[in-house]
Amino acid sequence: MNDIASTDGPMNGGIGEPGVSALLAFTAADPEALASLHRALEAAADREGLLDVAYTSIDTPVGSLLLAATEKGLVRVAYDSENHDKVLDTLAARLGPRILRAPRRLDTAAREIAEYFAGLRTGFDLPLDFSLSSGFRQTVQRHLSRIAYGRTESYKEVARIVGNPNAVRAVGSACATNPLPVVVPCHRVLRTDGTLGGYIGGLAAKTTLLRLERAA
Amino acid sequence: MKKPFESIVTAHAQTVLRVCRVVVGAHDADDAWSETFLAAMRAYPDLPEDANVAAWLVTIAHRKCIDIIRAQRRHAIPVDELPAVPSSIGVPGADNHDLWDAVKALPPKQRQAVAYHYLVGLPYAEVAKILGGTTDAARRAASDGITNLRTTYPGALPEGASR
Repeated sequence: MNDIASTDGPMNGGIGEPGVSALLAFTAADPEALASLHRALEAAADREGLLDVAYTSIDTPVGSLLLAATEKGLVRVAYDSENHDKVLDTLAARLGPRILRAPRRLDTAAREIAEYFAGLRTGFDLPLDFSLSSGFRQTVQRHLSRIAYGRTESYKEVARIVGNPNAVRAVGSACATNPLPVVVPCHRVLRTDGTLGGYIGGLAAKTTLLRLERAA
Repeated sequence: MKKPFESIVTAHAQTVLRVCRVVVGAHDADDAWSETFLAAMRAYPDLPEDANVAAWLVTIAHRKCIDIIRAQRRHAIPVDELPAVPSSIGVPGADNHDLWDAVKALPPKQRQAVAYHYLVGLPYAEVAKILGGTTDAARRAASDGITNLRTTYPGALPEGASR
């Protein structure tokens, strides 16, 4: 759904009608013209407050990451394994359907994430929008950003710190449903015995992030 | 469940631009396209789930194009610019300038009917709803438009094409 030049409307009722094929050829738009119109639409929609969610995708050592932001801030980071199209459908249902691939709103987030993966950045300075989570889960997720770069905590420790020592399982599900992985470092939460536990982006991604932070 | 608006743009960007190029000309087509999609985005949350998206977009484009045609007349700017970016796809036996002149020479209703039916693929009943008037009138406008195009732009009629 990202290639705006590849599709050509619902149907062509004029096939076989002389003159129509010439008209079709004549009115065909090249991909660059469409891309430039798209960019203008992104800017106008943003300016007029119509852009519920802007998104882009970036390549990282843990695969392609989808970045999505509302006017309030970064609202979703999604791994490839989560299926970006499905994630966007969910964002449309939860936050509003006026969603465009509009990379500008994600410029800062994309740059900071690139710096993080390059080992040049140990913390993110980004407005975050936690509206995809609520209650205890959000409390846990907000705490995660306080776990320092290169450090880890156990699910049990996190439960204690957020004031609910018996809620170890709930901490696990808060991490598993973190809408902002990488940026909100749920990868820094491990089992008490030091084993990985789970990860929304898969254990290989969790290992990559932890190694990156240990090496830096 | 409503799809992200991006998928609407992806699916219909090209078709709406074709419509705008035929109805208001290449010079104003980009503005018409932009205003159409911005208005569509504004209205999108209220679009019924089962709506015909192509017809909805063409209806919006139709209105935006009428505004532009009115402005063109008001400012009396000769609307004879060549397309800013001529199609790179060659049309055998003809040059695009002639086709452009032929399209421009059509009365607006014929241009609209040809665009909505032949370029978008809307059935005549839908075209009639957009143009106002009967289905038969819409069919006639499209058919007259094609006939006129063939007359003023013989290159549009391939040699020996007697379909």
